[in-house]
Amino acid sequence: MSQEADGQKVDTRKRKFLIAATSAVGGVAVAGVAVPLVMSMLPSARAKAAGAPVEVDISKIEPGMLLTAEWRGKPVWVVNRTKEMLDLLAKHNDKLVDPNSEQPQQPEYCKNATRSIKPEFLVAVGICTHLGCSPTYRKEVGAEDLGADWPGGFLCPCHGSRFDLAARVFKNVPAPTNLVIPPHQYLSAGKIQIGVDAKGA
Amino acid sequence: MSALQKMMGWVDDRFPLTATYKAHLSEYYAPKNFNFWYFFGSLALLVLVMQIVTGIFLTMNYKPDSGLAFASVEYIMRDVDWGWLIRYMHSTGASMFFVVVYLHMFRGLMYGSYRKPRELIWIFGVLIYLALMAEAFLGYLLPWGQMSYWGAQVIVNLFSAVPFIGNDLSIWIRGDYVISDATLNRFFAFHVIALPLVLIALVAVHLVALHEVGSNNPDGIEIKKKKDANGIPLDGIPFHPYYTVKDIVGVIVFLMVFSAIVFFGPTMGGYFLESNNFIPADPLKTPPHIAPLWYFTPFYAILRAVPPMFGSQFPGVVAMGMSIVLIFFLPWLDRGKVKSIRYRGPIYKIMLALFIVSFVGLGYLGLLPPSPVATIIAQTFSVIYFLFFLLMPWYTSIDKTKPEPERVTG
Repeated sequence: MSQEADGQKVDTRKRKFLIAATSAVGGVAVAGVAVPLVMSMLPSARAKAAGAPVEVDISKIEPGMLLTAEWRGKPVWVVNRTKEMLDLLAKHNDKLVDPNSEQPQQPEYCKNATRSIKPEFLVAVGICTHLGCSPTYRKEVGAEDLGADWPGGFLCPCHGSRFDLAARVFKNVPAPTNLVIPPHQYLSAGKIQIGVDAKGA
Repeated sequence: MSALQKMMGWVDDRFPLTATYKAHLSEYYAPKNFNFWYFFGSLALLVLVMQIVTGIFLTMNYKPDSGLAFASVEYIMRDVDWGWLIRYMHSTGASMFFVVVYLHMFRGLMYGSYRKPRELIWIFGVLIYLALMAEAFLGYLLPWGQMSYWGAQVIVNLFSAVPFIGNDLSIWIRGDYVISDATLNRFFAFHVIALPLVLIALVAVHLVALHEVGSNNPDGIEIKKKKDANGIPLDGIPFHPYYTVKDIVGVIVFLMVFSAIVFFGPTMGGYFLESNNFIPADPLKTPPHIAPLWYFTPFYAILRAVPPMFGSQFPGVVAMGMSIVLIFFLPWLDRGKVKSIRYRGPIYKIMLALFIVSFVGLGYLGLLPPSPVATIIAQTFSVIYFLFFLLMPWYTSIDKTKPEPERVTG
């Protein structure tokens, strides 16, 4: 492959090769420069370090009430469940996606019927597993807008996902899995620490 | 030669000023039969300029910091001289941008403006629409109100539905594990510099491509096929002064509507500025009802209409993405013998009407809280939306069309 230009032979094969080689090397340089730009958008060292555990005083939560704490910028609920609430938990297993908490949405020590360390205290991350809204606490049994068989639980305002009082997801709602139970431990009877695994549990 | 002519000559020897003016204005021949629907292209350009100018002045007082952002917007509204006007022009401009762009796109659908040889104009246009949606979404986080925060939370979480890489992808977009100061700061950077540059570049290529092939018209016939002895289309008139003057009439009417909104109803009852966004962002509490702004709701309704499959929300996200991607393929999906709706058969007219009803219906449903009945209606509308595109090669080719005229009609 060659052509005449000004009486001289032009080696077009060599020319094409040089164009391709220059483009390839230039492309590598562009990709190399793009790496730091892309990486700079990842969480910074400060953002990564901000996940310190928090302590929450739970002694003042009255039976049936919910307290919201902040951990890693997310809401963490602590619900003091009454005897009646706990009794209702076992009665709707057939309506749940994952009644026995098979999915790894909780630490090992919370893989039980109440998804908690102490049955009365539910500790859960209040972020819907669908698209990240924070569900609303709806404890009233048989609430008018939620149907007569509503056992009390959480309703996500964004897309209508429903969870029971053990933060387990009901069937036929957008959320695919149960709410996350964060790692936590009891420092004393009235104080928990969120973000640290329970010792010896 | 006058001094002015001399000066023009001096410039023209160094820069194609007169040639550019002629090519794009005084000797750009547009079909003489433009109607009402042809106002919206130039109006979109007007709104783009307004958004850029008001945006520049807003950045002079806005603080892209999660601790200061909400208060700085209130500061603009209360303490900066005329700040309220600049901000309301910008917020109203965002919604009005979508109003004119939707009407502009509907014009294209009616008169077949996307058909050969205007496929690239259409593709650049759909890219503008995509960039505009990104720009509006990014800008909506900046006031750092409740809807800003939770809207961004939901949309960024859509990316986490992508299999395998989703979680890392959403963390990369946020720059944090939750929507935070890092997210606000980068959204500000994208909103005020990156996407405006992209938008301006896309608008430029959209116009260059348009002026290369020439405008379509309500009859959907090519005026360049019939030219006079000088090579000027018989049915063409110079853009300037004929259409500049016509467009000024449109601009005046548009600005009357625009001013009425800015001065008398800048929130438009919660459709242009949602009431929950006057509450500062609270990462611990989602407002009782969240919905995107009206211009996103058709796609949001499609997202909600698709139930989760295999324990994943991804199919809904794919459906929402596909509903926009399909628009790109319109030039090749349409097999009709004619371009304009004036000469199309009844099938296309019915399909287009169903499509518009579905699109508007989805937009309305997307504003409502989810309910079982609304979901079924949204699913029906979503199916019609997709069938409009997917069945197009079939129904446009069997449709009974009328013959196109030789020359443009009134």
